Amino acid sequence: MKKTNDVILQTVTSVISFMIILFALHLFFAGHYEPGGGFVGALITSAALVLLLLAYDIKTLKAILPFDFKIMTAAGLLMSVLTATGALLFNKPFLTHAFDYFTLPILGKTSLHTAVFFEIGVYLVVIGVTMTIIQTIGESE
Amino acid sequence: MSLLHLAIVLPFLSAVFIPFLFKGFRNIHTGWFVLLVPLTLFIYFIQFMPLTRDGQTVTKTVEWIPSLGINFIAHLDGLGLLFALLITGIGSLVVLYSIYYLAKEKEALHNFYVYLLMFMGAMLGVVLSDNLIVLYMFWEFTSISSFLLIGYWYDRERSRYGAQKSMLITVFGGLSMLGGIVLLYIMGNTFSIQELIGMSTTLITEPLFIPALILILLGAFTKSAQFPFHIWLPDAMEAPTPVSAYLHSATMVKAGIYLVARMSPVFAESGLWLWLVAAFGIFTLFWGSFNAVKQTDLKAILAYSTISQLGLIMSLLGLGAAALHYDQLDDNVYMIATIAAVFHLINHATFKGSLFMMAGIVDHETGTRDIRKLGGLVNLMPITFTIAIIGSFSMAGLPPFNGFLSKEMFLTGMISVFELDLFNLSTWGVLFPVLAWVASVFTFIYSIKLVFKTFLGKPQFDKLPKKPHEAPIGMLISPIILVTLVVVFGFFPNLLSNTMIKPAVEAILPSLVASGQTVDVNIYFWHGFTPELFMTLGIILTGIVLYSTLAKWQKIYNRIPERFTLNGMYDRSLSRSESGGYRLTNGVMSGFMRTYLVYIFSFFVAILLSTLIIKDGFSIDTSNLAEIKAYEVVLALVMIAGAVTILFVKSRLTSIIALGVVGYSVALFFVLFRAPDLALTQLVIETVTVALFLLCFYHLPEISRKEERMRFRFGNAFLSMLVGLTITLISISSFSSRSFDSISQYHIDNVYDLAAGGNMVNVILVDFRGFDTLFEICVLGVAGLGIYAMIRFRGPREEKK
Repeated sequence: MKKTNDVILQTVTSVISFMIILFALHLFFAGHYEPGGGFVGALITSAALVLLLLAYDIKTLKAILPFDFKIMTAAGLLMSVLTATGALLFNKPFLTHAFDYFTLPILGKTSLHTAVFFEIGVYLVVIGVTMTIIQTIGESE
Repeated sequence: MSLLHLAIVLPFLSAVFIPFLFKGFRNIHTGWFVLLVPLTLFIYFIQFMPLTRDGQTVTKTVEWIPSLGINFIAHLDGLGLLFALLITGIGSLVVLYSIYYLAKEKEALHNFYVYLLMFMGAMLGVVLSDNLIVLYMFWEFTSISSFLLIGYWYDRERSRYGAQKSMLITVFGGLSMLGGIVLLYIMGNTFSIQELIGMSTTLITEPLFIPALILILLGAFTKSAQFPFHIWLPDAMEAPTPVSAYLHSATMVKAGIYLVARMSPVFAESGLWLWLVAAFGIFTLFWGSFNAVKQTDLKAILAYSTISQLGLIMSLLGLGAAALHYDQLDDNVYMIATIAAVFHLINHATFKGSLFMMAGIVDHETGTRDIRKLGGLVNLMPITFTIAIIGSFSMAGLPPFNGFLSKEMFLTGMISVFELDLFNLSTWGVLFPVLAWVASVFTFIYSIKLVFKTFLGKPQFDKLPKKPHEAPIGMLISPIILVTLVVVFGFFPNLLSNTMIKPAVEAILPSLVASGQTVDVNIYFWHGFTPELFMTLGIILTGIVLYSTLAKWQKIYNRIPERFTLNGMYDRSLSRSESGGYRLTNGVMSGFMRTYLVYIFSFFVAILLSTLIIKDGFSIDTSNLAEIKAYEVVLALVMIAGAVTILFVKSRLTSIIALGVVGYSVALFFVLFRAPDLALTQLVIETVTVALFLLCFYHLPEISRKEERMRFRFGNAFLSMLVGLTITLISISSFSSRSFDSISQYHIDNVYDLAAGGNMVNVILVDFRGFDTLFEICVLGVAGLGIYAMIRFRGPREEKK
């Protein structure tokens, strides 16, 4: 491969990717009331990672995020399934979620919801799968 | 969740900890931890004995899928308790035995005990479930765990062969049984066995009754290794000996017998049931014992003997059904068949368990199970010899052991066929006592052969791989306990009669109990000079004569050519279906994505268009449409332009950009129609997909459109137009015909109250239809792993090319 000069892309990426990830997190938590949610949040996070990948290369990305994304996928699935199963312990049907309202410092009145755990599971699975696919295809040369 | 349910799932729950215990405590044999489980359960279940003795039952329900009538109903009665005690009792002894049999240094104990516990839980589930679907689920669990245990030494070719064979045959039967269960549900509208028993008089008149009966029996016969499905059991002997003793003689193979006993009240009024169960049973009894004599491997003898003994119990259960037709009799002689079945079931578990453990000890201490190499071990292994002689004399039906008592009762049951005048039994029924007697002779021969060839005769220690010596005491404890039971039950059979046998028989023949008959279980040695006694004497005399002339008549076994044996047929049909499947796959799978897309889309169009036409589903209704804005038209034109561009551009990069145009336009449509969630997702998906495509293109070969022939292109064009037409017609129809009110209003009303959410789309995803999301992420995870596996592990195949 010929060497290209990616200085502009790399400089921009290192700033922008954090913004994208922050935005993704915002979407993730906003999901219950505003547009957003685990799936979109995860996709945007992966988009940020893909951007990093394009600007630098797979080795750099691996150095930044030294996870095994396959395990991340599995962890996400486990988390969602366990959240869903948790309802059985309270004699509720599978996948029943619970919520209540709490007054938290700074945030004020907030509803806390077990659906968040389910969503974290979805989030992890989607990032895990996307990155597994990209990494395996990218590395297979 | 009651304690009873907890008892059933306890083995599953504890199986989770086994790998950690194995890794964490390498110095302690994992078996010691495992032993606690069956022991606890045995003590727990034995507390129910006074309850079932008084004819009471325990039923506890946990709702599982109530809308489909599937609930986890634990039902404990005499029959269930008998099996539960067998499973946990023999289970404890087998685990204890395995601690000394499997060395903790070299064996993969964490696998072994996980499978074993899984089996134990599944078996408890089978015998304590009242719901047929739950029973079926546990039933298949036993097949799977048996598969895993037979293949435990998976680097041996024979183990893999045996595991596959048992899996294929028992799962075939299991699926037939599922069919039978569904038929029963169609007739009785319930999955509960107890409710079906209540309806048995009306069920028998249904047209589906006979198919249901046959399908259920297929399940029972395959599991209990009845002729002609018995061929898997001898190959299952590749499993470690504790497994053979536990699964393939004492418990799992008796699941079929349990099923027959459990379903007897539903089916037994039918003459077909009586004939099928009794005839298959008696023939299996004969065939198993006949074949056992020619075997030279200790475990193979025991395997065929197990087949034969299972047939014996089965035939007794079949004939026991005759009792239902004579419910006016004061002293119902046919009941003795069922009593004998239950009694022999217990006896068989004791003597066969001890014999298997004995075979394991011989194998462990001498290095071989081949009786042609063994002999003269009596002086070196006196305790094992004692175990063997008690076990096999009981199996042969000699006094004073428990096998004698149940064998006598079995003969009584068979003779009683002469007095039966229903279902044509008076003509062909003569075969029953004849086959029973012949089979008993063979049983006598192989029982004697088992002990004499191993322990007596000329010592030939130079042929043994190891220097033989007596087994360590730990290994002897379990078989000693079992043979002690053989002797105790022989002398004091009435220890069992009211506590175990009577409640079990009452559960098998509930209609007799309901009509006021009492089950009288009275077992004793001396019946006077009855035909049974003379038959036993005949068996012993003929057996001794035939055993001493074995060398002369053994040639008859070679008369059956390999081609016509059941094993030969099984092997041939297996290899044929494999090669046929391979040919079919090769014919269909071209390796080109475009061919597969043609298959998928052709099927898609054919099935949907034909449904639309046959059901006359097309309708168009323009009354409810919004007006079309100018910018919508523009957007649609952009999409069309993008789609058409894909067809004509030369480079892949341009195609993918054109595809991106289509995708982003769709996202814009979502924006216009006020669906921000969808628009957001679509935009991100489009972006990520483009990146993925770019990555993939790097690996694809140069595009080569010239190779495609004209016919192929026209075919594709035609097909794609059909797909477009189908989609268009279906979307118009689905918009125009509203059979139901939209569910949207429900979501709007409840989104805040039930789920405390403001974003309806998201609440649907995580809450109202959370199951969909759960399955979607599962699919996603599997797809990701699939891609990983496909790309990473393709190396070896390329090398082959």
